[in-house]
Amino acid sequence: MSDDIDQADHTENTSHADHAGHADHADPVVAADAPVDLDDVTGHAASELDPEAPPVLTVENLRMYFPVHATGLIRRKVGDVQAVDGVSFVVPEGGSLGLVGESGCGKSTTGRAITRLYKPTSGSIKFGGKDLATISSRELKGMRSEIQMIFQDPYSSLNPRHTVGSIIGAPLRIHNMVPKDQTLKRVQELLEVVGLNPEHYNRYPNEFSGGQRQRIGIARALALRPKVIVADEPVSALDVSIQAQVINLLQDLQREFNIAFLFIAHDLAVVRHFCPEVAVMYLGKIVEIGDRDSIYGNAHHPYTQALLSAVPDVRQASVGGRRERIRLQGDVPSPIDPPSGCRFRTRCPIAQEICAKHEPPLMQIGRRHKVACHFPGRLGEAPREPLTTGLLGVDGEGRPDPGASPSNDLVDQPGYADTWFDLDAKRIGRA
Amino acid sequence: MTNMTKSSPTPTATDGTPFLEVDNLKVHFPTADGVVKATDGLSFNLERGKTLGIVGESGSGKSVSSSAILGLHRGTNAQVSGEIRLDGVDLLSLSNEEMRLRRGKDIAMIFQDPLSAMHPYYSVGVQLAEAYRVHNNVNRKAARTRVVEMLELVGIPQPDRRYDAYPHQFSGGMRQRAMIAMALINDPTLVIADEPTTALDVTVQAQILDLLTNLQKEFNTAVIIITHDLGVVAEMSDDVLVMYGGRAVEYGPCREVLTHPEMPYTWGLLSSVPDVSADTNARMVPIPGNPPSLLNPPSGCAFHPRCTFRDEVPGDLCTTVLPELEPASRPGHLKRCHLADPDRIYAKQVLPEIAPDLAKEA
Repeated sequence: MSDDIDQADHTENTSHADHAGHADHADPVVAADAPVDLDDVTGHAASELDPEAPPVLTVENLRMYFPVHATGLIRRKVGDVQAVDGVSFVVPEGGSLGLVGESGCGKSTTGRAITRLYKPTSGSIKFGGKDLATISSRELKGMRSEIQMIFQDPYSSLNPRHTVGSIIGAPLRIHNMVPKDQTLKRVQELLEVVGLNPEHYNRYPNEFSGGQRQRIGIARALALRPKVIVADEPVSALDVSIQAQVINLLQDLQREFNIAFLFIAHDLAVVRHFCPEVAVMYLGKIVEIGDRDSIYGNAHHPYTQALLSAVPDVRQASVGGRRERIRLQGDVPSPIDPPSGCRFRTRCPIAQEICAKHEPPLMQIGRRHKVACHFPGRLGEAPREPLTTGLLGVDGEGRPDPGASPSNDLVDQPGYADTWFDLDAKRIGRA
Repeated sequence: MTNMTKSSPTPTATDGTPFLEVDNLKVHFPTADGVVKATDGLSFNLERGKTLGIVGESGSGKSVSSSAILGLHRGTNAQVSGEIRLDGVDLLSLSNEEMRLRRGKDIAMIFQDPLSAMHPYYSVGVQLAEAYRVHNNVNRKAARTRVVEMLELVGIPQPDRRYDAYPHQFSGGMRQRAMIAMALINDPTLVIADEPTTALDVTVQAQILDLLTNLQKEFNTAVIIITHDLGVVAEMSDDVLVMYGGRAVEYGPCREVLTHPEMPYTWGLLSSVPDVSADTNARMVPIPGNPPSLLNPPSGCAFHPRCTFRDEVPGDLCTTVLPELEPASRPGHLKRCHLADPDRIYAKQVLPEIAPDLAKEA
């Protein structure tokens, strides 16, 4: 247990009379027992990348299609919602990968496919030498303890008719983690770890505030000592001041237990803080993936640039007025019938003819930076000619080029290669 | 928004009568457990064409105060006192019928969740037309023309065909646009936007905020924007009001309050939200504990149980005496805090943690 968590527990248990008044409005009793711990406000800096960490989870070309049936008597299949369409990435051991994108881009579906809440349509999810996408259901049960999930809404993800003890104890019982008579002891340990009062195991979820409930969800995810946690918008339902508490807790737990996180969120600032590596998704595909500096400081995809420019910035207060931003027109197209070629082309400010004809491959353009765009470049510096023609074996307008030798291997590989095409130097870069 | 860079009028200045004046507003709800003081003595001013941002956590009283302006507590057991003067008329002294004539016409509201704020059974166009015909004696055809015009104004494609669509057929961003169209259909002079973009994606949020800014310029509306996103406030507001436990704890021009905050709660809000452009060495420091109960608020300063700077104040002032909302070190800036030298503490202790790059510059 790290020091500050220990401390938190200690003070949380001591009740001060003068604190009794600041009750949580959901339930005065809980808050009276949980006085504010002023020592627990040590700030946390952003998580750092360990470039040497071996991969714990390797996802390759993952697809998740949901069939769409016609209405009427004969409900024949008329198409697919291509929620996730070929994503590949690596989550390093004890590290975190952030998945960002707008609603409907498939980031939550990706998370649910990895935890096998869905059976993927195709692709592989390699974990511990096994492929979770095709694993038998008996073997899967054993693997469930390794990959756990934290859900977005702490109100609907906890059974209101179960006590906290039974919610956190359920995974322990199902997986026979501890002898029956020790379940309670372990539950109390877990409550302490997440900064709740261990004596509250007998209470119901409604007796806790939103932030405390999210801590219960985290304790449940931790119960089986997982190697990977998929956190699907773990803080977006919480108040701002509480969000930081939960993020700091997740950082502590990650450090303490060496847990890898797949962190799904739409809040770009929170992802930047928590994840040293980030993948940006649009309409079921990864459009850009890289380390924090590549994505936030050196984005080469027009969608990433638009997304980043749209975030309102507190620092704008010193200037006044609205920030200059790229305005995307319209809405995200339907994933049932996505646009041909590049999926972003219908809203892209720099789209050209080739974008409608060919899908841009995810090219590596830096040591830890990949982008899927025909015209990758920094904001305002996009190249005039498509850079992908060589790879695809086509000319500038997207027509087949008989003289070219297209690359046969355009399927996105998870992880990063040792060589890449350096856009600034116009030559091959090496690690 | 060029006028934003000019210094906005100080909230305390009394140059003529401001368009909206809220004076010592109290909204109390008697319950079986006691009186819930959701808003307890709130005062602010707003001029036409200006935007006020109200920030605070859930339960800080920000939504309750704004529904009081709209007269939405009439017919409930809420006890509303104080004064709300809009253009010189005290809204609280109006009869229900008089208030009904103003609601939706002079004052309009944009709700957070358009899916639940709109009726699922009626088409969007019909709902907008109803809002128009309540206040304007026109036939159905004229109302339809007006609705289509408004839908077009807020950027809904093919407004003529969209008139007959139902709320569920719209995307989140489009629904919010339709909400804005409904709020603005009677050319209100005051628009209250309660978390207008919270449920939306950032790119859609940017579109909606642009739309609000443009419409405000066009109609010279006064806007109150309620949000917990300080980024939105920083970009939209002229003035900002930070609320905690039903009271204003910091109030002043947006530029002053967000660059030189003087109240530990505002510091906490700034430090608990990471920033996309900040230094990666910046620390995220949460505010400890939970928001206070309004049923049984803490003695003295409502923020004292969560305040990490309590030690800097001599004696037990924080736990016994409620600080007044008094002028801070910069003109027009009001704060409710006992700290004697907040500027120094902010520069020395807070800024280096949350924004090392800014601290170095200073």
